[in-house]
Amino acid sequence: MSFLELRDVSKVYGSAAAEVHALRNVDLAVDAGSLVAVMGPSGSGKSTLLTIAGSLEDPTSGGVFVGGTPLSSMSRNDKARLRRRTIGYVFQDFNLLPGLTAVENVSLPLELDGLSARKANSVGMAALDELGLADRARHFPDELSGGERQRVAIARAVVGERRLLLADEPSGALDSVNGEAVMRLVLAACRRGVAAVVVTHDAQLASWADRVVFIRDGQTVDQTSRPVGPETLLTHGPMS
Amino acid sequence: MSVRHAVLALLSEGPKYGLQLRQEFEARTGEVWPLNVGQVYTTLQRLERDGLVESDEDDDAGPQKGFRITSDGAEELSRWLRTPPDLDMPPRDELVIKVLVAIRMPGVDVHEVIQVHRRYVVEVMQQWTHLKEDEADVDLNFALVVDAELYRLDAVVRWLDTADGRLKRAAADRTQPAPMGAMPRLRRRVGVRR
Repeated sequence: MSFLELRDVSKVYGSAAAEVHALRNVDLAVDAGSLVAVMGPSGSGKSTLLTIAGSLEDPTSGGVFVGGTPLSSMSRNDKARLRRRTIGYVFQDFNLLPGLTAVENVSLPLELDGLSARKANSVGMAALDELGLADRARHFPDELSGGERQRVAIARAVVGERRLLLADEPSGALDSVNGEAVMRLVLAACRRGVAAVVVTHDAQLASWADRVVFIRDGQTVDQTSRPVGPETLLTHGPMS
Repeated sequence: MSVRHAVLALLSEGPKYGLQLRQEFEARTGEVWPLNVGQVYTTLQRLERDGLVESDEDDDAGPQKGFRITSDGAEELSRWLRTPPDLDMPPRDELVIKVLVAIRMPGVDVHEVIQVHRRYVVEVMQQWTHLKEDEADVDLNFALVVDAELYRLDAVVRWLDTADGRLKRAAADRTQPAPMGAMPRLRRRVGVRR
């Protein structure tokens, strides 16, 4: 069963003459353990799609289901809990809190969710360790490189029992080697059973996904079919 | 890529047999470019004729016949390494032609044509990216070949995205595409090969 499902979702900003249709009748299903990329140009609605999938915004019409539960049936508190426990976000500009160390940034959602500071800290350390950042845990964001900051942001997004990872241009400001490292981490989370959506305009980033959905003017227009095995790439005839 | 110069490069490390050259060539290119042994021997014969390699005197050695690079061969290899490949003249690009044709054809939605190609290229990119998913399995030569292929395909997608946006803006501005008569002038100016 799909862990995330958008059914016939539309989003309209403004009203009457100033109406902007950011999303039109979008259907999207993401299974646990799979990585879906939503690829489109600026202004195509891909970031709106992500905020609606993450319960940060309500659709104008249509339904959003996370783990089978419709978000429309949830109270504000339920949604806040869902965001703390189940959904992890990664943004292009990292969004780390500058006054907290790396490990405090990672463990904050757990603490907010009622875990003791000590326990949250040890879970946060484990998440950083897994991403090769144990020795940077006590550093503040401005003491970390861009690549390290994004890895901290990913650790924060996958810490605890997160089941859904939502990433908006997660390698936007990074060079290609760091960008690739970010996508390996997202993919590793998926292989552990997390459902992930990455929105991007970048084909190289999107090509890490199991499935790429193309969005144009607020509508999903097309998607890749399941990629065939790599052997087809390696069967060119002898070169001349 | 030139098999001739790849063979010279392998011989610059020391004398080698034909079969050995073939195996090493395939290994160095991440096994993405298969080479048949006939091509190796034809190439060696031509290199020898041109004085760029020399072989063992013994004509009966068969597959065990060794080849060495000459000083002329080393000079040729050094020159080739530093010669830029032909990048300044745009090659005839079938995809560009298809999009240009689609703009003009009645009843054809050029954006749909662009999307068909975009999807196809992204699917091929997914296959290449999948090959490097498990970092531990990827050797350095292979990773370089995969990166090169991904950047080449990425450039195709970027062009499609740019074309898509440009056509959309042109339609919004109600600006008609330049008449076909403008094409020969453009072609002469940028020197597109026929």
